Amino acid sequence: MSSLLTLLRPLSKRARLGIGILSFALPLLVWSLVSYVPFLWHPMVRVATPGDVSWFKEGMQLDKADFERERSKVAATAGVVPTGTPANPIFLPAPHEVATALYSAFVTPPVLKGDRWLHESLWQSIQTIFWGFLLSTAVGLPLGIYCGAYAAIARLSEPVIDFIRYMPAPAFGALMVAIFGIHLEPKIAIIVIGTFFQQVLVIANTVRKVDPALVEAAQTLGAKPRQLVWKVFVPACLPDLYNDLRILLGWAWTYLIVAEVVGVSSGITFFINQQAKYRNFPNVYAAIIIIGILGLAGDLLLAFVGERLFAWKTLRPSLTRRLFQRLLGNRTPLFTGEIPKED
Amino acid sequence: MDSLSSLQTPEVAARFTRLKERPVVLDVRGLGRSFAGEQGPVTALENISFEVRRREFLCVLGPSGCGKSTLIRLIAGLDLPTSGQILLDGKEVHGPGSDRGMVFQGYTLFPWRTVKQNVMFGLEMRGEDKPMSEREALQWLHLVGLEKFADSYPLQLSGGMKQRVAIARALANNPRILLMDEPFGALDAQTRANMQQHLLQIWRNVDITVLFITHDLDEAIHLADRILVLKPHPGRIHELIEVPVPRPRSPGQVNDPVFRATKAHIESLIHPPAPLVKPNETLPLFRLTQRGDDVE
Ligand SMILES: Nc1ncnc2c1ncn2[C@@H]1O[C@H](COP(=O)(O)OP(=O)(O)OP(=O)(O)O)[C@@H](O)[C@H]1O
Ligand SMILES: [Mg+2]
Repeated sequence: MSSLLTLLRPLSKRARLGIGILSFALPLLVWSLVSYVPFLWHPMVRVATPGDVSWFKEGMQLDKADFERERSKVAATAGVVPTGTPANPIFLPAPHEVATALYSAFVTPPVLKGDRWLHESLWQSIQTIFWGFLLSTAVGLPLGIYCGAYAAIARLSEPVIDFIRYMPAPAFGALMVAIFGIHLEPKIAIIVIGTFFQQVLVIANTVRKVDPALVEAAQTLGAKPRQLVWKVFVPACLPDLYNDLRILLGWAWTYLIVAEVVGVSSGITFFINQQAKYRNFPNVYAAIIIIGILGLAGDLLLAFVGERLFAWKTLRPSLTRRLFQRLLGNRTPLFTGEIPKED
Repeated sequence: MDSLSSLQTPEVAARFTRLKERPVVLDVRGLGRSFAGEQGPVTALENISFEVRRREFLCVLGPSGCGKSTLIRLIAGLDLPTSGQILLDGKEVHGPGSDRGMVFQGYTLFPWRTVKQNVMFGLEMRGEDKPMSEREALQWLHLVGLEKFADSYPLQLSGGMKQRVAIARALANNPRILLMDEPFGALDAQTRANMQQHLLQIWRNVDITVLFITHDLDEAIHLADRILVLKPHPGRIHELIEVPVPRPRSPGQVNDPVFRATKAHIESLIHPPAPLVKPNETLPLFRLTQRGDDVE
């Protein structure tokens, strides 16, 4: 245990895996306990047999106190007593219900004809994110790089960007609808507004952190200003830029929900709202979990690719890299883990 | 000065005569640089003038803070002088350029490039075609004995190897002068001695003028034709010394009488004999242990 709490020492492989699993298992355990152990919470009662209570129906749920009141009323008149089991509110479905919904949500047709299926909603959301992030990055990345490299460009653009970035992106919703109509375009615009201004500042800061000694070395080797930007600044901080983009992509996802209620509600947000309206909460959870899975999977994939792309930065032997090495037929020189001897 | 020139053997004296006939590569005239400090301007360098001739090996020696790095940065064009001028082959220097190669004290290899790609950097900036510059880079790597590591990344190299690549990278640009700012300062004694031998060998084989900064007396005497000794606050020239130690130099020469005499001379320049402590003067209070024998 004490070895797990040592500072500045990386965890062993087993500990990493174990603790990583635990980080998911612990919340799941709490959720299961609350769902399956009847005396933990369970503030409601699900009616099993209505007995003589006229307004009870089998399967309906109500507060424990209300149930007890009705039961004692019936008991006092010597009628048939209703029975019920303790239950959690319907907004907290049990894990197995959500697990089932993870599958069934995809195969249940939408309630209204013409509404989207879950996979269609998801696809719409992914498109919104993709275009929003792509457009933002197409302008934000080069602008951020130039801001980081040239003080004059930074001075020209950063104050106003800093000003705009404090305006909440959803505030532009009505405006964007007026400009772009009610379909996907205003939603993409919201994602762009939410991402772009942060992006320029974050990227400019990363570029500014490039070791000035490397820039000076390049200058003494005859690099001209334009070459400095693309041959020194950018490659020197490329792994950090890549990580910035990863984090910003996560940001874009958080803007998704506000973006999708602009104009005609669409995508996963529409699905969630619709399911909640029909009080189909397992589906709501399923949809939220799917967003989480998509986000995490995307991030892991990007991390995996990044590690491969920037081998020079993390010259550590790693399982993923060795796998890639095998796949790619060892085309690039990769580190084997030992420093070569000086002859 | 006279005491030292009397130590020159006829061969060494002849070499200096030949040296003085060669064209001037670097001409520094009345150079000064002051920085804005909190209590007014701080003068880092004042009225520095000297010449470096073709194929000369000049060391700049001085205590920490005497402006050595400032001087070399000015020559490299990474900083601008407040007074005076710097001429390279008679033309005034404005800003950095590939005609002055530089090796820094810190490691400045580009970590995202392989060793070979690092050496190719300058050629690439000039727009040379790739196969050609690749061949050239390999030749320079061969010269510094690292062609085996052409495809390694800088992270995989030891400190000494990194500096050898940095030398190859600077030389590949075919500069007029090689500027080196305490390039071996971060290396251990053994590697450092190897690197010095290595550098002398490169210098013998390549048509290059070297301006080498150090604060290590032995290093300066071992490497240099002449030593420019600076004194601090503000940085000025103390003396320009012709090193009488004959070439080829070897590490064993440190015990040579000529070497020792040169060293003694420079030491007396840098550290003038300190006045003795008066016997009745009280020493500051130290906490002295009673049990000195515990240490044995
Ligand atoms: N950018 C700067 N701004 C203000 N003062 C500076 C700057 N660069 C150098 N100095 C001052 O100039 C003086 C000389 O510095 P320099 O780095 O050239 O010394 P040095 O001889 O290279 O020392 P060292 O052996 O420790 O490297 C120092 O007093 C330093 O404080
Ligand atoms: Mg210095």
